[in-house]
Amino acid sequence: MEVAMVKIQIDGTIYEVKPGKNLLETCLSLGFDIPYFCFHPSLGSVGACRLCAVKKYANSNDKTGRIVMSCMEPAVDGLIISVKDPEVKAFRASILESLMANHPHDCPVCDEGGECHLQDMTVMTGHNYRRFDFKKRTHKNQNLGPFIHHEMNRCIQCYRCVRFYRDYAGGKDLNVFGSANNVYFGRHEEGTLESEFSGNLAEICPTGVFTDKTLKKHFTRKWDLTNAPSICVHCSVGCNTIASERYGSLRRVVNRYNGDVNGYLLCDRGRFGYEFVNSTKRIKNPQLRQSKESALEVKEVSEIIPKLSEALKSKNIVGFGSPRASLEANFALSKLVGAENFYHGISDKEYHFTKLCLQILTSGAVHSPSLKEVEKANAIFILGEDVTNTAPMLALAIRQATRNKSIEKAEKIGIPKWNDAAVRELAQNIHSPLFIASPYFTKLDELAETTYRATSEDIARLGFAVASYISNDAPSVDNLNIDIQNQAKRIADALKQSKNPLIVIGVQGNEDIAHATANIALALKSIDKKPSLSIALPESNSMGLGIMEGKPFGELKIENDTTLVILENDLYRRVEKSLVDNLLEKCQNIIVLDQLMNETSSKADILIPTGTFAESEGTLVNNEGRAQRYYNVYPAIEPIRESWRWIAELIRIQGKPEGNSWQKFDDVVNSMVVSYPIFSKIKEYLPNADFRMFNEKISRQTMRFSGRTAMNANISVHEQKPPQDADSPLAFSMEGYQGVPPSSLTPFHWAPGWNSNQAANKYMVEPNGELKGGNPGIRLIENTTDQQQSYYKNIPQPFKPRNEGLFIVPVHQIFGSEELSSNGEALSSRIPEPFIKINLKEATRYSIRSNDTVHLTVENIDVLVKVEIDASIPDGVAGLSFNLPGMPFISLPKIGVIKKS
Amino acid sequence: MFSILRSIWLTFLHAFHKRETVGYPEKKPYLPPRYRGRIVLTRDSEGNERCVACNLCAAACPVDCISLQATEDENGRRYPEFFRINFSRCIFCGLCEEACPTYAIQLTPDFELGEYDRQSMVYEKEHLLISGEGKYHGYNFYKNAGVDMGVKAKGEGENEEPTVDLKSLLK
Ligand code: SF4
Ligand code: SF4
Ligand code: SF4
Ligand code: SF4
Ligand code: FES
Repeated sequence: MEVAMVKIQIDGTIYEVKPGKNLLETCLSLGFDIPYFCFHPSLGSVGACRLCAVKKYANSNDKTGRIVMSCMEPAVDGLIISVKDPEVKAFRASILESLMANHPHDCPVCDEGGECHLQDMTVMTGHNYRRFDFKKRTHKNQNLGPFIHHEMNRCIQCYRCVRFYRDYAGGKDLNVFGSANNVYFGRHEEGTLESEFSGNLAEICPTGVFTDKTLKKHFTRKWDLTNAPSICVHCSVGCNTIASERYGSLRRVVNRYNGDVNGYLLCDRGRFGYEFVNSTKRIKNPQLRQSKESALEVKEVSEIIPKLSEALKSKNIVGFGSPRASLEANFALSKLVGAENFYHGISDKEYHFTKLCLQILTSGAVHSPSLKEVEKANAIFILGEDVTNTAPMLALAIRQATRNKSIEKAEKIGIPKWNDAAVRELAQNIHSPLFIASPYFTKLDELAETTYRATSEDIARLGFAVASYISNDAPSVDNLNIDIQNQAKRIADALKQSKNPLIVIGVQGNEDIAHATANIALALKSIDKKPSLSIALPESNSMGLGIMEGKPFGELKIENDTTLVILENDLYRRVEKSLVDNLLEKCQNIIVLDQLMNETSSKADILIPTGTFAESEGTLVNNEGRAQRYYNVYPAIEPIRESWRWIAELIRIQGKPEGNSWQKFDDVVNSMVVSYPIFSKIKEYLPNADFRMFNEKISRQTMRFSGRTAMNANISVHEQKPPQDADSPLAFSMEGYQGVPPSSLTPFHWAPGWNSNQAANKYMVEPNGELKGGNPGIRLIENTTDQQQSYYKNIPQPFKPRNEGLFIVPVHQIFGSEELSSNGEALSSRIPEPFIKINLKEATRYSIRSNDTVHLTVENIDVLVKVEIDASIPDGVAGLSFNLPGMPFISLPKIGVIKKS
Repeated sequence: MFSILRSIWLTFLHAFHKRETVGYPEKKPYLPPRYRGRIVLTRDSEGNERCVACNLCAAACPVDCISLQATEDENGRRYPEFFRINFSRCIFCGLCEEACPTYAIQLTPDFELGEYDRQSMVYEKEHLLISGEGKYHGYNFYKNAGVDMGVKAKGEGENEEPTVDLKSLLK
């Protein structure tokens, strides 16, 4: 939509700018460096810190002007301002000086130092000499858990932390205490921060009050890190990250702005899960089992080659791909084993669910939205998914979407969206309609207009009913009780009235729910709505794998001399143990390529060490269908290699032509595009390794990178040439292009005068807007095919509590239900013990109490679990924590029996 | 022609001047304390390592010959896990000393760094750390900083008020 531009005059020059923004945002996008604290592009303005002052003139005759806060001033036509008027500069310097009066002398030991917004602003305003000669106010710190370090003395009272934590992310346990000069930001008492988004405090807080505790253990300054643009591998949302290394170990993960996906934020799983890369469980060398009875032994690469070539001679080779491996690695495997022997390596339920979702998303009835589009939804219906635990950033986007009604209301009376405090004051408890149907309480429930507690069958029935109330063509549901009918009508009305209706489903649901969803979408389309469907798939490349051809587990047949090649996949997390045991026992040779020791890799005959996301490159397709690439942060250290490179080696051993022609990453991409034309968009979109910015590679290190001639001097004083990277347009060096590269290739955010993450604004067209040259990622799924669609008619029967036991549904956990992140040191300390949630009535029936440890038996699988009483669980149902470390895999939902131990 | 003869004459006269040559190494020249020679790491008045591993010296070094890694002791005190200077690269510019906020890193008047093996020019912390305070006496960074890293409690630093009691209604 074209908006009419307005003219404003800044220091005598006239600029054409977009209306509707505040003056601070406008000036920042024009390239003016106005200092600010309390404004944050994703939080809006409150005008609290008084740092962003500019001078505003009434008209061209006004020579005196008056000082206003640019963050609270709308950019309207004819505005005349000055940002460099001496009086206003002196005003900003004095504000900064007063904020610094109590600031401790901490920079050398402060983890923010070198990327501190306060340091930047101090330099920007020119305050360089301390005149305040009195004692400083001090505060005690709190231990806020394994993720965030607290150092309260450094606070400058900008209120960004509480505005983010409470207002934006819905956290309850961080607040501001005290008054005047004493204000304190923390918890009411010491303890672990409960929010799933607490890690963002480290980036939102402009000072060193909140810093990354995992970085603290191996602290490195921002300027000393080697960075690469990366993609979070811990769920299907595909948030963009910057991953950083020093001295051969991964040091941290921070946000990389993507206006369409994660904006300025990340969830704690994504931010702190990286520690698995440095885990002691890493497989660093090839290992070999001489005979089935002997143990795995560490070997040289040359020693495993004969065994590999013997194993790969077998006529029956079967490959298991993985939803946590890149497209390229999965493709390489399918080439190695042959497409007809390529299996997806996920449970059949997940396989069919993913395929069905893909079918729905490409059917033409429904649009697959980016997170940015999710934020614009104004009626949302979530069916059967606890999004906060399976796709956390999607939950955060939904939270923002529920504000749309109040923002509209505010805009009607002339309050712009960025005027945060005013909009929230006006909003009180107004939310855009959100409806949640889920078997148990979810954190988003507090924003929901109605919630419905039921199992997948009943949730699907509600969904089918909603569709039938939107369009008479959709099949109606019999035997619905009146309450549910009313609820369905209410949901249908809200969706019908909404401009951007959104439906959300996910892994915890099933195919019935997906069918119901498809009906709702089709019904909405039939009344000329444009519905969106967001699907929380389980893993980082679930969608990508789903697009690829491959077979489900159930079709697997094993001959006696089978060689099994398993790519980055712990099969014990996918299907029941007995099945995997059976399978592995039958195979002659088991080749496993993986990063961490797990139950599957420990059963390998030949174990091959592969690089993590930090030591390899690859493309992942997120739940929206957006393909994004991650790049090596540091070169894999032999014999660790990228999965695709190892598989190319296996293919060479096998004697197929790809073995020799796959030398570089781009070679694999080129072959992949031939087999999968749908991926040719990726090749067109992402620059290949020959890409140069002004004849230079893009530097992974900042200009300030230190210690170049000393860091390896203990090994040899003769400096080595930096490692060369033939697989990407990035360089493992400080030499290279340091400016703004294409958005998919941004290794760090830095701009002159902006050392903190706020430098990201310089990479955008406007703060919180699009990155220069477009946001990263290319969408592969477009809802263009206009096939003839029909309504699904297979409405499930209602759920009935069973006499033989409880109906067990899976309860995903943000910390623990994802494999890789669970191996991170800090994150693993947040994983709960395996638990079962039941309501009091059922607990009484089985005479168990909260915190009891009980045996749960589901189809011969026995698991010890702790009892949690949760009033939200329906009768006859129990929620079982899903796939936590140490728990056996159980395909749910199923009937289970509780026995007291 | 005349100027050449004059130069030869003047040079000849130098044969009778007082000798400027010093009998080094038997006789050492006087070098002022602020001479920029071999770099040391000093300790504070309590005998603890002064370096807080802030990395500023490494960032300031124009030839990038300082490399270190921060770590913490049981009280949270920051110190370098390793600290390495590659003297075969060092140009003795003194920028590290200037950048150091704790007086930890100091240049000394010792210039005798010759080695037969270049590898021996790589100094680790055990080679750099001396037992004294060097040129600057009495300064202890941790007493002046706001953090409590086992040196002083919160609010008990040199320039600090006692910590705020949030439960109190009085200011
Ligand atoms: S918050 Fe910034 S200015 Fe304050 S001590 Fe830390 S680095 Fe220095
Ligand atoms: S803790 Fe940080 S974000 Fe919060 S008010 Fe203080 S400086 Fe601002
Ligand atoms: S929401 Fe998912 S992709 Fe994003 S940071 Fe969290 S785990 Fe990673
Ligand atoms: S500047 Fe000083 S305190 Fe900082 S790392 Fe260097 S020697 Fe240590
Ligand atoms: S940024 Fe404008 S008042 Fe704080």
